[in-house]
Amino acid sequence: MQEWANQLCENRQFGSKMTDSKYFTTTKKGEIFELKAELNSDKKEKKKEAVKKVIASMTVGKDVSALFPDVVNCMQTDNLELKKLVYLYLMNYAKSQPDMAIMAVNTFVKDCEDPNPLIRALAVRTMGCIRVDKITEYLCEPLRKCLKDEDPYVRKTAAVCVAKLHDINAQLVEDQGFLDTLKDLISDSNPMVVANAVAALSEIAESHPNSNLMDLNPQTINKLLTALNECTEWGQIFILDCLANYTPRDDRESQSICERVTPRLSHANSAVVLSAVKVLMKFMEMLPKDLDYYGTLLKKLAPPLVTLLSAEPELQYVALRNINLIVQRRPEILKHEMKVFFVKYNDPIYVKLEKLDIMIRLASQANIAQVLAELKEYATEVDVDFVRKAVRAIGRCAIKVEQSAERCVSTLLDLIQTKVNYVVQEAIVVIKDIFRKYPNKYESVIATLCENLDSLDEPEARAAMIWIVGEYAERIDNADELLESFLEGFHDESTQVQLQLLTAIVKLFLKKPTETQELVQQVLSLATQDSDNPDLRDRGYIYWRLLSTDPVAAKEVVLAEKPLISEETDLIEPTLLEELICHIGTLASVYHKPPSAFVEGSRGVQHKRLPGSAGSGESVESPDTSSAAGISDAPPAVIPSQGDLLGDLLNLDVTPPATTGPPPAANSGVQMGAMDLLGGGLDSLLGGDLGGSSAMGAGFGAAPAAMPASFSAPVSGGLDDLFDLGGGVGMPMGAFSPPKTVWLPAMKGKGLEISGTFARRAGVFQMELTLMNKAMSVMTDFAIQFNRNSFGIAPAGPLQVLTPLSPNQTIEVTLPLNTVGPVMKMDPLNNLQVAVKNNIDVFYFSCQYPISMLFVEDGKMERQVFLATWKDIPNDNESQFQIKDCHLSSDAASNKLQGSNIFTIAKRTVDGQDMLYQSMKLTNGIWVLAELRLQAGNPNYTVSLKCRAPEVSQCVFQSYEAVLKN
Amino acid sequence: MIHSLFLINASGDIFLEKHWKSVVSRSVCDYFFEAQERATEPENVPPVISTPHHYLISVLRHRIYFVAVIQSEVPPLFVIEFLHRVVDTFQDYFGVCTEAAIKDNVVVVYELLEEMLDNGFPLATESNILKELIKPPTILRTMVNTITGSTNVGEQLPTGQLSVVPWRRTGVKYTNNEAYFDVVEEIDAIIDKSGSTITAEIQGVIDACVKLTGMPDLTLSFMNPRLLDDVSFHPCVRFKRWEAERILSFIPPDGNFRLLSYHVSSQNLVAIPVYVKHNITFREGSSQGRFDLTLGPKQTMGKAVESVLVSSQLPRGVLNANLNPSQGTYTFDPVTKLLTWDVGKINPQKLPSLKGTMNLQAGASKPDENPTINIQFKIQQMAISGLKVNRLDMYGEKYKPFKGIKYMTKAGKFQVRT
Repeated sequence: MQEWANQLCENRQFGSKMTDSKYFTTTKKGEIFELKAELNSDKKEKKKEAVKKVIASMTVGKDVSALFPDVVNCMQTDNLELKKLVYLYLMNYAKSQPDMAIMAVNTFVKDCEDPNPLIRALAVRTMGCIRVDKITEYLCEPLRKCLKDEDPYVRKTAAVCVAKLHDINAQLVEDQGFLDTLKDLISDSNPMVVANAVAALSEIAESHPNSNLMDLNPQTINKLLTALNECTEWGQIFILDCLANYTPRDDRESQSICERVTPRLSHANSAVVLSAVKVLMKFMEMLPKDLDYYGTLLKKLAPPLVTLLSAEPELQYVALRNINLIVQRRPEILKHEMKVFFVKYNDPIYVKLEKLDIMIRLASQANIAQVLAELKEYATEVDVDFVRKAVRAIGRCAIKVEQSAERCVSTLLDLIQTKVNYVVQEAIVVIKDIFRKYPNKYESVIATLCENLDSLDEPEARAAMIWIVGEYAERIDNADELLESFLEGFHDESTQVQLQLLTAIVKLFLKKPTETQELVQQVLSLATQDSDNPDLRDRGYIYWRLLSTDPVAAKEVVLAEKPLISEETDLIEPTLLEELICHIGTLASVYHKPPSAFVEGSRGVQHKRLPGSAGSGESVESPDTSSAAGISDAPPAVIPSQGDLLGDLLNLDVTPPATTGPPPAANSGVQMGAMDLLGGGLDSLLGGDLGGSSAMGAGFGAAPAAMPASFSAPVSGGLDDLFDLGGGVGMPMGAFSPPKTVWLPAMKGKGLEISGTFARRAGVFQMELTLMNKAMSVMTDFAIQFNRNSFGIAPAGPLQVLTPLSPNQTIEVTLPLNTVGPVMKMDPLNNLQVAVKNNIDVFYFSCQYPISMLFVEDGKMERQVFLATWKDIPNDNESQFQIKDCHLSSDAASNKLQGSNIFTIAKRTVDGQDMLYQSMKLTNGIWVLAELRLQAGNPNYTVSLKCRAPEVSQCVFQSYEAVLKN
Repeated sequence: MIHSLFLINASGDIFLEKHWKSVVSRSVCDYFFEAQERATEPENVPPVISTPHHYLISVLRHRIYFVAVIQSEVPPLFVIEFLHRVVDTFQDYFGVCTEAAIKDNVVVVYELLEEMLDNGFPLATESNILKELIKPPTILRTMVNTITGSTNVGEQLPTGQLSVVPWRRTGVKYTNNEAYFDVVEEIDAIIDKSGSTITAEIQGVIDACVKLTGMPDLTLSFMNPRLLDDVSFHPCVRFKRWEAERILSFIPPDGNFRLLSYHVSSQNLVAIPVYVKHNITFREGSSQGRFDLTLGPKQTMGKAVESVLVSSQLPRGVLNANLNPSQGTYTFDPVTKLLTWDVGKINPQKLPSLKGTMNLQAGASKPDENPTINIQFKIQQMAISGLKVNRLDMYGEKYKPFKGIKYMTKAGKFQVRT
């Protein structure tokens, strides 16, 4: 340091005496010693120079705390500059010399009485910066005076001092009642004082999230808005941030605040602009969309956001991160401004990457040509990270805008021709995603991809290529050679590649079993015996067992049709987005994480939510969200079939990061099946005895365990609902209908919550749905589709949601059903997989219908026929079940059952035991015969069921139980 | 709020630190240095860096990193704006904002920083107010102070600090009353290979230098105010009046200030004043490449295009370039591969050109990136958007001020892709 200082002085030929750099020079004698002498000099001038030297040393991090008493001695002076310098020193070192610091207190107290407001303010300011507990007590009196000072400059300084003091000793501040004084300052006549009081209160509130410090009511809001126009730019930021925490009472108040905040959008300070944007984005939620003002406001928001992008790169970065959020929430604001996000070659990399991200979010059919041309340009840039992201962006465009897919693919092929290693690898990764989105369309490019096999050295690209080879093995003549070449270095590959290779080879084997037996054995043994990665080993075992027990089932599982990947990728989850919109302009918005997830001292931050729209009724007109969001009206994707789900479970990491993962596999039965498969697999590897029924059988075996979990949950869990509904639904003569349960939680439905039940009313089988919009945007374009299921249940008409569903609105829909749809045996039998589409996405869930819904009205069998049939059905097909805790007389039971189309044909009484013979007929013509035994006084009933299709017995029994217990 | 500030020079030394709350150890900057090491270029250091206990928000200006340390949730733009304000203030006070200038004036710097923030809250950031509190150092004043022992710290509360017009001090007196306005427009544009405009926009500012006695109230009106639909004003401008009448009405700060900045977006048609004909090619298998560049004026309303400077980052494989400029001089830096050509003025009769060959490393393959050409230029006496001031009136004072308006168009980020 000293060397540097000396050098600095030598370098200056003249004027070195004129500048402060002379303070860095030292003599050979002890520096501190010399300074001490100078500080105690009689000459004022020498004293001041000495203090300056001390400060200079301090600024470069040198320890001059030893001079503390000498410097403090200089404090009592009428020279303001000297006083300020001493104060500077004090703030830095008081903490390390608390005993000495006491010496300064008297001077502070005296200075707080000085006639010059500048000195009063300076004293109160400095006092607060001396972070010594002992001293703080002495400061209360002077502070109290200063808070009520006649000069606003002193008041505003004192307001900040309260925050400082609170930081040192919160209890003291509360005990002394400073918080109340501070709150009073919000009504001060001077706008600067108001702004500082708000700032201080906000800071204090941050460390006390639950204290009700900022009691915002229309009166204070009005005061804040008045002060907003007159205070400094920084004050405006504090006030705007504080306003953003307020929730207006109605849309009119909301509009009037917006009107008064809008002028801030023209402020030169970008922080003011962004804080204003936050307030407007939040309060806009409350405005009815058909209001003229709403449209005006939307238009006003675009220019200031664009202007932020012409500022310095650091500002641009923060602006872009926030624009990213705004674009996701309200794409209509910037939909015409695509060009401002075009990248300049000398933008810093962090700006380039953000711009690219926003470009993709704004990409739509209207501007895709421009965007693609730009992206292609970027792919020839120098910066590797940027080029990669640009290539990936081309793939994302293909997935997002269907019309452009072809162009994107050809662009990607052009890029692959460049042979630039990292470009090729990125291109292959995204082409894999394109295959998954548009199956059987672009597979002709596979040959080109295979040419580049050798240049792939990154795991992600290798995994993608292997996936492609495995998936399209039948089209690639030398697929086995290609995969074999990867297998050589199996243990050196990353897990991602290993898993992929395993799956790909199994697929290959299932497609070309004859020539690849050796290969598959090799990979299975590599995976199960030589690997210590549990994921790999387990997947290896699953395949092994599948292949060894039932190759047909294995084929169904492994080669099942895959679900399409969703178009809108890496969107922020709606509730998080809502919270982030409330935090525009903050660190949270830069990191796209809720404030509670980071930043120390924000413990227990309250989660902010956007206010709901005011006119949630029919006044809301459907805005053009679907096209604005750039979502093409793609037909609902193929619903994953049973096997797909399983396939997807196994294939979990095939799913590229750009997709939204497998559809929510709420199907517990399947999971159980899979687990059982694994357990049994070990057995069968040891020569176990599990029969040929394979996956289906295993899944079925698991069903009893799985069923109560999902079926009886509503019965037991929803006891209250039961009583509520009981009166209406559970009438003896009415068909039993279970209470509604949540099928699609809002978390999985991007804000759409669906609950529902099934009912049979007047012979009509129907699904009763409650749709609830828990997101912030209006939902439209609802459609529903069922997967093939055991009884061919299908919607008899479209889903009748005529009006758009606005936020927080709930709608009840009844969907009539028929049973003429395609049939596929499900597990459990009464499982129904449903896809619901709206303007946001397609959602999948599965639910189970009580089989009693399928009992038709003409299910009463003739006595003779019954008797004959009973005898005719082999005894093997008979199953017995116990119904416990049922207190009904045989007549009541019979009545109840009849309501659900279970008809009693005969009744016999033997030894006080009532035997009811009953029949029912399923929609597909299957008859079920039953014998119900009840004994008076015994709450346990026994049901024997006989049916030619014994699989249904389990479900029928459940219906019995459900009907009787209601 | 803002906890601390560290100033770091290009070689990674912390040469100044200032703490507004408790002292934060300078070791926190290690996280910054890590990020700096990862970044290939100095300007690629991310502006927001998180560390286990703090957040570092930095700006790079004049090859100095201004690193602010914050601990709680603070709007990052607030911090960045403040840092820019610090830089502007230093520049205002010392003429330049360099490490040497800051070190030479370290005590003034300290006093300034102390005055600008209190406990992390901005206190006085208006140059007018600061100058009343702390007098800027001049050679003369330093000498006078040294001799007389007087001080450069103002003893009185700045008058503007609490008035309704905090940006203006009272009691201003001039013998010559003058008000000058510079309308400066910068064109940001991307031109593609074929010469068509991909995007073009104009960033305009009106900078003022007002030296008027007393409390003048000015109004400025435009011939075509409709051009200004996206504007940011100095706080002195009365927004209501602008909204209603499209007239700028304001009590100006004393001295230099930016009255407004505006943005003419790419949706309006933006005139492009120059065109470039280029032919930069490399042939497969040959170690030579051709370079051919010609500039010409276009849509300049008869005004001369001056101070033209062309620069281009040639591909990494280029060893050297043998070029022949028809006017001006060119340099090629073989290390950074940066080609710059100082053209000067474009004569429409005899268009400037730069032709010749580039040599590649022997055996190197054809470069796969296309160099982008960056052009700087100036056009005097014209605002390319067509903005024109109609009249300037003064109220509230009796004297007749001298008024002047100057227009200028410059290239901002003006890029031509090849």
